[in-house]
Order: sequence, then structure tokens, then C-alpha cells
Amino acid sequence: MRINVQHINAFLEATKAVFETMVKLPVTFEKPQLGTGKQQYDVSGIIGFSGDVVGSVVVGFTNLAAVQIASVFAGSRLQVGTPDFADAIGELANMIAGGAKAKFVGQNVSIGCPSVVVAVSHQISSPSSAASICIFCNTAAGRFVIDVNIQSSVNAPASGAADAAGGLKASIPAGTAA
Amino acid sequence: MRVLLVDDSKTMRNIVKGVLGTLGVTAIEEAANGLDAVSKVDAFKPDLILLDWNMPVMDGITFVKTYRAKNKTTPIIMVTTEAEKAKVMEAIQAGVNNYAVKPFTPENLSKIIETTMAKVAAKKAA
Repeated sequence: MRINVQHINAFLEATKAVFETMVKLPVTFEKPQLGTGKQQYDVSGIIGFSGDVVGSVVVGFTNLAAVQIASVFAGSRLQVGTPDFADAIGELANMIAGGAKAKFVGQNVSIGCPSVVVAVSHQISSPSSAASICIFCNTAAGRFVIDVNIQSSVNAPASGAADAAGGLKASIPAGTAA
Repeated sequence: MRVLLVDDSKTMRNIVKGVLGTLGVTAIEEAANGLDAVSKVDAFKPDLILLDWNMPVMDGITFVKTYRAKNKTTPIIMVTTEAEKAKVMEAIQAGVNNYAVKPFTPENLSKIIETTMAKVAAKKAA
């Protein structure tokens, strides 16, 4: 996987814009790092990319951070597992991915509708051996991760809406509810 | 003013409804996708349509093309994460009156709505 620094910067800028404009929470970033492929989340918002950039992006949270951030965004207290909670997490992921996509200058890229996985300590794995880049984000309402697993596909024809799960599989430990 | 609000995200619809509330708008009909909007728009008779682009079932741009093909002139503002110039041009060519990019501040969206309605009113008066 060839990591495009411009893509990573696009996610940093988009996340900052979404959180400062619509969530009203300042966000700071830790240094982006290579994913281990074994990151675990309690709540994930997943967006697939297709066209000149292919892959997917996961916005991953602990339960506590997801509840706090989604509640601030929605303007009311949300409960894990409710449709409104999933809707808020999905829309956050959608705005981050859409904002980043807009900064992929000169590239024809489509994003899919978000999917949201809610299950304690689930793991998102990619069918490819490509490593992802994890951007850890800190806010007053909690920490979350943007797990970027995309790459340029110069020869790929632009296509329509991306598959919502972007080819990823969620590995959910036994005994947890999806 | 009567507003048809089309977005698959209930969270986003609630946020936009808050903005509309500050503008004194109380007659709001909600639709979760373009097809849902098609089924509601004629009965509701909106003065303005606020429309997301990426939605399941029927996306926003398909709704615009379908609606304008019937010679309907109700102003439409696309409210979307799709910010690329080519997308904006595609929307305008399809018949969108104005364009608001997510994320937005309440002030920005209010201004876009007010500007759009003022232009429509001026055009009608001319």
C-alpha cells in the first residue's frame, strides 16, 4: 500500500472542520501511525470509497466516547444501540469522509452510505494485507480513531456509490450483541 | 414558509430544523430519501426544498432531475458533503438553486436560505 500523505492530511482537516463547526468540540490529533490490523472498537462508523481512491475509512470509538460525542452532536442524550445513536455516528463518519474526499483534488471519488457497527471490542479487518493509518483524535468528550485504509487506484474507472462496508468485515467477539 | 427537508440522517434533519426554527419556519415536512420526497412534495407544496445528495433508495441529484422534469420551479438548496466543483456544477445544471456544504454553521445555512429566497422573490417580482 502506498500511503498518500495528502489523503491523511485531508482527513485531519475534515475532522477538524466537522468537530469545530458542527459538534462544537475542539479536536487535537496525535501523530498518525501505522495500524496493527488488530485495533478494537466498541462502535464503528464505516464508509467505503470507490473510483480513483478505493478502500474504506473507519471512525472507531469506545462506548463511552461514542455516547458522549454523538450526544453532543445530536444535542440530546443518546443511548448505545438505538437508531438515533447509530444515525449520529453514521452522519459523523459521513461528514468526515465527505469532507476529506472533497480535498482529493483532481480525483473522481465516490463514497457510500455509512454503516455502523455496535459491539464491544469488535475488530475491523481488511481483506487485503494493506496496513491502515490510524489517526487518534482527542476531544473533551472523549478519544476516537480515524482508521484510514484507502489507496489511489489511478487506472480504476470512476464508479457509482461505494459499497457501504468497503469490503471490510467486522469481527465481533462471542457473547456481544451487534 | 413551508420547507421540505430531505436527508437520510435524522440527526441532520434535527440540526437543520433547529436552523429553520431560528428563521421562524414551522411548517416542515421531512423525507428520508428522494423517493420519499417525491411521494410527499406535491401534497405538501413546499416553498423551499432542502436536499441531501447521498441517500439510499433515491439520491438527491436524481430527485432534482425527476422533479425539474415535471417543470416544477420550487427552489432547491442542496445541503451535502459533496463539495467538489464538478459536483456543484452538476447540481446547478440539474436545477438546484443554491448549494450548502456540510459541515455548516447555523449562520451560514441561514444566510444561504435567506439569499436563495430573496433571489427567488426578486425574480418573481421582475
